[in-house]
Amino acid sequence: MKVQSSIRKIAIPTAIIAAAAMTLTACSGAGGGSAAGGDANSINVLMVNNPQMEDLQKLTADNFTKDTGIKVNFTVLPENDVRAKISQEFSSQAGQYDVASLSNYEIPFYSANKWLAPLDDTVAKNPDFNQADILPAYTASLTGKDGKLYGEPFYGESSLLMYRKDIFEAKGLTMPANPTWDQVANLAAKADGAAPGMKGICLRGQPGWGQLFAPLTTVVNTFGGTWFDKDWNAKVNAPEFTAATQFYVDLVRNHGEAGAAQAGFTECLNNMTQGKTAMWYDASSAGGSLEAADSPVKGKIGYVQAPVKETKSSGWLWTWSWGVQAASKKQDAAGKFIAWASSSKYENLVASKLGWAKVPSGKRSSTYENADFQKAAPFFEAEKTAILNADPKNPGVQPRPAIGVQFVGIPEFADLGTTVSQGISSAIAGQGSVADALAKGQDAAQKVGDKYKSK
Amino acid sequence: MTAPAQTTRTTNALPGIRKGKSRMDPTRNKTAAGVAAWLMALLFASPVLWMVLTSFHSENDAATNPPSVAANLTIDAYKEFFGASSGVSPWPPMINSAMASVISTILVLALAIPAAYALSIKPVKKWTDVLFFFLSTKMMPVVAAILPLFLFAKTAGVLDNIWFLILMYTSMNLPIAVWMMRSFLAEVPVEMLEAAQLDGAGLLLTLRKIIAPVATPGIAATALICFIFSWNELLMARVLTGVIAGTAPVFLTGFVSSQGLFLAKVCAAAVIISLPVLMAGFAAQDKLVQGLSLGAVK
Repeated sequence: MKVQSSIRKIAIPTAIIAAAAMTLTACSGAGGGSAAGGDANSINVLMVNNPQMEDLQKLTADNFTKDTGIKVNFTVLPENDVRAKISQEFSSQAGQYDVASLSNYEIPFYSANKWLAPLDDTVAKNPDFNQADILPAYTASLTGKDGKLYGEPFYGESSLLMYRKDIFEAKGLTMPANPTWDQVANLAAKADGAAPGMKGICLRGQPGWGQLFAPLTTVVNTFGGTWFDKDWNAKVNAPEFTAATQFYVDLVRNHGEAGAAQAGFTECLNNMTQGKTAMWYDASSAGGSLEAADSPVKGKIGYVQAPVKETKSSGWLWTWSWGVQAASKKQDAAGKFIAWASSSKYENLVASKLGWAKVPSGKRSSTYENADFQKAAPFFEAEKTAILNADPKNPGVQPRPAIGVQFVGIPEFADLGTTVSQGISSAIAGQGSVADALAKGQDAAQKVGDKYKSK
Repeated sequence: MTAPAQTTRTTNALPGIRKGKSRMDPTRNKTAAGVAAWLMALLFASPVLWMVLTSFHSENDAATNPPSVAANLTIDAYKEFFGASSGVSPWPPMINSAMASVISTILVLALAIPAAYALSIKPVKKWTDVLFFFLSTKMMPVVAAILPLFLFAKTAGVLDNIWFLILMYTSMNLPIAVWMMRSFLAEVPVEMLEAAQLDGAGLLLTLRKIIAPVATPGIAATALICFIFSWNELLMARVLTGVIAGTAPVFLTGFVSSQGLFLAKVCAAAVIISLPVLMAGFAAQDKLVQGLSLGAVK
């Protein structure tokens, strides 16, 4: 008993001391210097891990930091993770990051929520930057409702149909410059099996609003469908949407890649590089990888406009751009960084260090006029035409309530598109029907539409 | 495996061999068990072995379908991990992870051992309720608390601060450590404590000479579990850190790209980042086996 009470006498103070020690550690930690604030001559950039961003990371210290004295700390994350982190960071205005990679999907509603700082004074008015050189479609889609500019494109892209010229020649097939989807389905059937293990076409089947629904929404648009009419009535199970989806699912099931339900951009890029598909409908920025020095299909790929049915063009419009957090205390330094990263000077730097095929292109008209770029990027003409023809305000046959070609420019679309894509992806895998998936999608979409109807 | 009937027939014909055979049988069973154990071990290790193999392939070979097992080996992916082309050093996140795991593990043990003592050797009143209370803190999934934590950290100015992460990991592992340590300390025979008491040993002597030898394997096992949990933690690290305090798992996910090849790089990163845990596991192996089987020898 004596021992017991003496133990208790010791144990309790020990616990208290330990607890106090922990509280102290926590407090001293608070003074340990967090990223925000900190050094006035450094900025923090949060960006998606795409090859163009990796190159930027490589080149920043020796060029931008050397010239300006501004140190840039990068955090790179995969696309879904970076989106989650950016929305958490910007919605709370935590101020940890000064600059983030945002797309033309996010910038309109981020700016409407006052999460972004306008770039008119810090970047656009900088004479060296030459805002007029930026393709007008981007300036338009990165401008907020208040008429201020909230983003500068780092690179831009549309969607193109890419095909193996050598295979088509060997099989006696011809690809029109502006193919229709019916022609493409026909060609896919004929090219299927043209070489051992080669399929007719590669189309994304991986669930996700930015995966499956990027190409599929462009198909829906050109088939005459839409997610919403101009009064926010959902049209997801309308005949046009259904026909487009059924067409897409049938095409990829009959002549598409193996494991299509899990295939996204990367998988299709691999298939194209490894000669496992004769055609691929996807982002024009794939051209950079397909024409890279170590690509086995370099020089063998033809690039034509996105296939159509009822519209004249159907290519999407996408840009990874830079936005500055409104809560950032380093607006000037952030502006300098953007003015450098999105400049022609930076494009030339990439060209001289890494080659023209790696240039973050698709944003400046001057780049398309550069003879070296034209030589290194056989897709330049198709890409330029596609970007100039893309009309985010009116991408289909009917007026739209929100901006966007391959997406609906509202925050709810990410969830909505991803939910509906899961049913369609299952249909591609052979489980469930398109009609069921779209019937469910219609309900989900109408719930979103009703929110906007009352606004 | 020969069928029993066959064995019987042979034994009838040749009695001399029968003896040999029946003596062989336990050995054979042992061999069979050994082979089965190795097969199981191989099965469980195969994803890790595959990861190691992929990490030594080039990006193009790593991405082929069907997989190219016999492709040329290269250490390019490891060079990439150490920043060969990006110029980004992996050391700051590794050091952050080491700090977060080691310090939080020490804190957890410092708190859990006294708590476990008060719950097993000299149980406090209503100790079962206390134990259940500890466990109940683990019942809410982390993801449900992550947003409040983020907002709290933002308001308190401790976002992107490794000490906040250490505090989080300490509180995350504490309940598990208390439960583990309690069951280990409960193994200390009451007779030994009473004997020590009779011989006039004080508390400190009892702790040092009686309890410590019995509990060390348990402490090692608990420490290793806490270390592994903190080292591998991703969700909180990703949300609560940024430029400065990012940990190794967050750094690892940075290699995943939606527009390019990354499998070899990610595998190389995963191999290197799992090394510290593997080393800690091997270092504590004998203690660990004792610790984990401690409950079985009651």
